[in-house]
Amino acid sequence: MKRILFVIAVLGILGLNACAAPASTAAPPTAAPPALASDTPLTVYAAASLTTAFKEIAAEFEKANPGSQVEFNFAGSQDLVAQISNGARADVFASADLKNMDALQKQALVGGTPQVFARNKLVVIVPQDNKAGIQTLQDLSKPGVKLVVADKTVPVGNYTLQALDKLSADATYGADFRDAVLKNVVSQENNVKAVLSKVSLGEADAGVVYATDAQTAVGKVLTLEIPESFNVLALYPIATVKAAPNAALAEKWIEYILSPQGQAILLKYGFIPPS
Amino acid sequence: MRANGCRAVFFSMAFSDTRVGFARPRIRCARILFLALASLLVLFLTLPLVALVVRALPLGLDAWLNETTLAALQLSLTTATLSALIAFGVGTPVAYLLARENFRGKAVVDTLIDLPMVLPPAVAGIALLMAFGRRGLLGATFSAFGIELPFTTAAVVIAETFVAAPFYVRSAKAGFGAVDRRLEQMSALLGVSDWKTFWRVTLPLAAPSVVSGLLMTWARALGEFGATIMFAGNFPGRTQTMPLAIYSGLEANLDSALALSLILVIVSFGVLLAIRQVSPKGLTLG
Repeated sequence: MKRILFVIAVLGILGLNACAAPASTAAPPTAAPPALASDTPLTVYAAASLTTAFKEIAAEFEKANPGSQVEFNFAGSQDLVAQISNGARADVFASADLKNMDALQKQALVGGTPQVFARNKLVVIVPQDNKAGIQTLQDLSKPGVKLVVADKTVPVGNYTLQALDKLSADATYGADFRDAVLKNVVSQENNVKAVLSKVSLGEADAGVVYATDAQTAVGKVLTLEIPESFNVLALYPIATVKAAPNAALAEKWIEYILSPQGQAILLKYGFIPPS
Repeated sequence: MRANGCRAVFFSMAFSDTRVGFARPRIRCARILFLALASLLVLFLTLPLVALVVRALPLGLDAWLNETTLAALQLSLTTATLSALIAFGVGTPVAYLLARENFRGKAVVDTLIDLPMVLPPAVAGIALLMAFGRRGLLGATFSAFGIELPFTTAAVVIAETFVAAPFYVRSAKAGFGAVDRRLEQMSALLGVSDWKTFWRVTLPLAAPSVVSGLLMTWARALGEFGATIMFAGNFPGRTQTMPLAIYSGLEANLDSALALSLILVIVSFGVLLAIRQVSPKGLTLG
């Protein structure tokens, strides 16, 4: 009897560990039974770059709406779309690009009309000690530089490629710039926070993230600005998800995000106002 | 009342002494409950696999033959095999010592060797970074000599070996422990050197455990995800193994992800069948 239980316990642990995924992707929370809006937690699926800002907004939102509770699932927008498409119950979806919101709209999974609530731009980050000596954007094409970017399906990864295209079109950098830089890519991460952590840990020589991410890691990374003319403006749309378990509170959340209080918090974390 | 009686009889009859043999419950409701629970688990384990096969089989050839799939497949097979070989090379001495010798701190070594088996892979990944990363405990020294491990295929092998080697050591240790010492003594009496005795007598006798241990290690290395993505990163052809390709492909390249998933299921099934052939007692974990 004891042996059987032991084997089951070991197999159970093995089974759990053998398929563990990185912490950045949370399992979709189960839906609470329909009840008063104040009893059901609000489930917000948001792009990884919104982590710190949204958590602070949630604290204020819960104060303004006593009894409410906000639960988050932060991940790459493309992963969130995959989860919602496969039946995850979310109330609100906040994406880091229009492309992923469109993908969800095409599947008729978006409740209301998406509204852009914030914008962001790209920066290059290097570890605090900058051992590779990256001082200019041109240095990114130096052979041997270890560059970490997000996968092209991740919003920030796509924006990175767009920025590289813009740089290559300019005479100062030349048509080969994009290819030279892409040759230096050593890893294509699944969300922007993974890129940030690889650079913060000093494993990568440089990475491309949002300005807001660089702001959260002051002291661990140095920032290299990308000029306006080459930079890409990331648009963040937000919308309710169709058949949201807590539609009423979802609308209130979006209202709060667009209100002066919500916008002030976003601004504090380095996001650009929507217009 | 009746239900309680059935349950009481069921428990007393179901878990009887295994030496006498498993006593099948004779009371009808106990038997029904018994079969219902058994079928529930079997269904639960089978349904996801069936669903995967159903979705993956009709895929066109380009899901199987595209660049992503092939690169991931080749990388996974190479690194898993290397990991198993390394596990054999460095794990055999450890397994032999643990099986034969009693030394101070043996229990500690034993537990340490087992640790990666129950450690969450993500934790293993972070630990490997802290040890072998560019600023790691040992990695910083490597860095000074120009050797940088993260983001390389070598890092994939290291991560896979770290999580999978314990399976081999465990199994080999049981195998070596079960070898009849008298045969080894006879071999020594006949004038055969220790080294040759090990290769010609001990190892062949422990072969079922050794081989099944290697198969388990290979399969575990093939399926490794958390430690790999943290320590080695994700780059097609260099560090993107099958599980990483599946994870990355969920949104963009679902067909490729499905094809790779089906391959892994078939491979896993094959490994378990092979283990059964080699070691009739099945997996020996202790």
